Amino acid sequence: MSYATQKLAEEKVFKDPVHRYIHVRDQVIWDLVNSKEFQRLRRIKQLGTSYLVFHGAEHSRFNHSLGVYEIVRRISDDVFHGRPEWDESERLTVLCAALLHDLGHGPFSHSFEKVFNVDHEEFTRAILTGDTEVNSILKKVSPDFPGQVAEVIAKTYSNKQVVSLISSQIDADRMDYLQRDAYYTGVSYGHFDMERILRVMRPLDDQVVIKSSGMHAVEDYIMSRYQMYWQVYFHPVARSAEVILRKILQRAKELSESGYEFQQPPTHFLAFFDRSFTLADYLALDEGVLMTYFQLWINERDPILADLCDRFVNRRLFQYVDFDPGTDYKKLGELSALFKKAGIDPEYYLIDDSTSDLPYDFYRPGEEEERLPIQLLMPNGDIKELSRLSQIVDAISGKRRTDYKLYFPAELLIDGKKKAIKQQILEMLREGGI
Amino acid sequence: MLQEHARIVDFIATAEGVTGRKKLQKMVYIMKKLNVPFKEKYEFHIYGPYSEELTARIEELCDMGFLSEALEDKGSYVQYKYAVTDEGMEFRNAVGASIPKNPEAAALLNAKSARFLELASTLLYFGHMERGKQIAKLHSVKGKLNFTEAEIEEAYRFLDELEQLKLS
Repeated sequence: MSYATQKLAEEKVFKDPVHRYIHVRDQVIWDLVNSKEFQRLRRIKQLGTSYLVFHGAEHSRFNHSLGVYEIVRRISDDVFHGRPEWDESERLTVLCAALLHDLGHGPFSHSFEKVFNVDHEEFTRAILTGDTEVNSILKKVSPDFPGQVAEVIAKTYSNKQVVSLISSQIDADRMDYLQRDAYYTGVSYGHFDMERILRVMRPLDDQVVIKSSGMHAVEDYIMSRYQMYWQVYFHPVARSAEVILRKILQRAKELSESGYEFQQPPTHFLAFFDRSFTLADYLALDEGVLMTYFQLWINERDPILADLCDRFVNRRLFQYVDFDPGTDYKKLGELSALFKKAGIDPEYYLIDDSTSDLPYDFYRPGEEEERLPIQLLMPNGDIKELSRLSQIVDAISGKRRTDYKLYFPAELLIDGKKKAIKQQILEMLREGGI
Repeated sequence: MLQEHARIVDFIATAEGVTGRKKLQKMVYIMKKLNVPFKEKYEFHIYGPYSEELTARIEELCDMGFLSEALEDKGSYVQYKYAVTDEGMEFRNAVGASIPKNPEAAALLNAKSARFLELASTLLYFGHMERGKQIAKLHSVKGKLNFTEAEIEEAYRFLDELEQLKLS
């Protein structure tokens, strides 16, 4: 028996609060789970800073990756198995891609990537194809297997059915994280009938379609997604923590480049400051490492770095107000000047942040849109795009919602010297001028 | 603050307007790959490298009134034409933008068709591979577009020309 088809003597199961059990029979999958690069995902939280708002949200990318694998395993082994439109030889490729799709995520990915201009997807590819334990396991299947798995994750793989199971507007990744994040945050949104959706998924030509009888389950999924984005993922307080995190990394980089002598040198970050990093440098980081630095930097001499770290570690977050950059950007300039007069560096203490989401979109023939729609399979074999049949989905299709916030340390504006200037700032912030 | 918005306004102003969402996506991607400091994150989509963040930013800039978006009916398809408004120019000047000024690169990109830029940006996306594999991959993901050898050669020559401009 080849390594690709080798089964464990006994099935392994992981107890899981979302899927009840995650089943592993393939030796390859078991070996990948036990690789050090995959185990590293235990040390990276799925929701970054959201635990500072939803205290249950301490779950990791390890949990989520196993969940995505389990959903794809059920589709491949139960729902699609035996259907002539599904290529059974893709089974191991799609299972590995599901399990490893988030492998390149780093600690607090969103902030880390922004500050150091790196991309977790490039690291995913580097881990799959570079000198790693994961690569040596995948290569045992076949020499070109690591590259195939990397292509599925990068969405450049030739079999589009395989790609869309991992990445599309209704995919295993999203079906897992919506339910998992809802469970761990404790919110009541995010629930939908996944069992029903899985039962009505069908491989067809170069896509995966949904039998029209499952339309209402899909509607529920799209509304769950909408709710989760605005109630959990874009929560303004979690964004405040993200803003502070970004500014800590930015400050540490700036200090290092200016020759500042750290009491606790930023050893793990140096290669990212000058962009000389290797894959090994990246894999050496996790959220424990970052939090240790933040703890130690609370005692740094630099008052900005020390203060920002204290804010993050001890959850003394920035306050926020809504603002409209289209009309308020000039006032933002005035505010920035007032912050300087008050002795508060606006680069680190007056930060705008925007976020937006498009809950569902469809491809309009002849236009230049990039999202593949969710297609419904009608009883007569016709295919119809979801929003043409669903009034609920039609109502939110193509409608982007954006939110702008301005973050600042409210208590610094109340205490201390230069009260008149600080009062002027507070009035500008409170009066709705911004 | 708002620097990333200002960079996009600045680029479209330097290019003296851009026609086509796909074209704008590829122009920014190529500039980014040549080390111009655009921050928008790209992934591979239907037409090659695509940034959801750039799409969102363009929509925001239109909502703010800093970009105008006009729909052009081309018969079998429609195109969106983007230009910087007077308010957008004022915004760019007030906020400032740290993008290196390079009207020559913007003009070179703008003179090319969306199809050609899709080809060039897709080759750049597979830039980590050796050239033979890049071309094989291009045909694998863009088979329906039937890019010719001459077009591919021209795309490489074009990318070399842009690189010579030292954009960063």
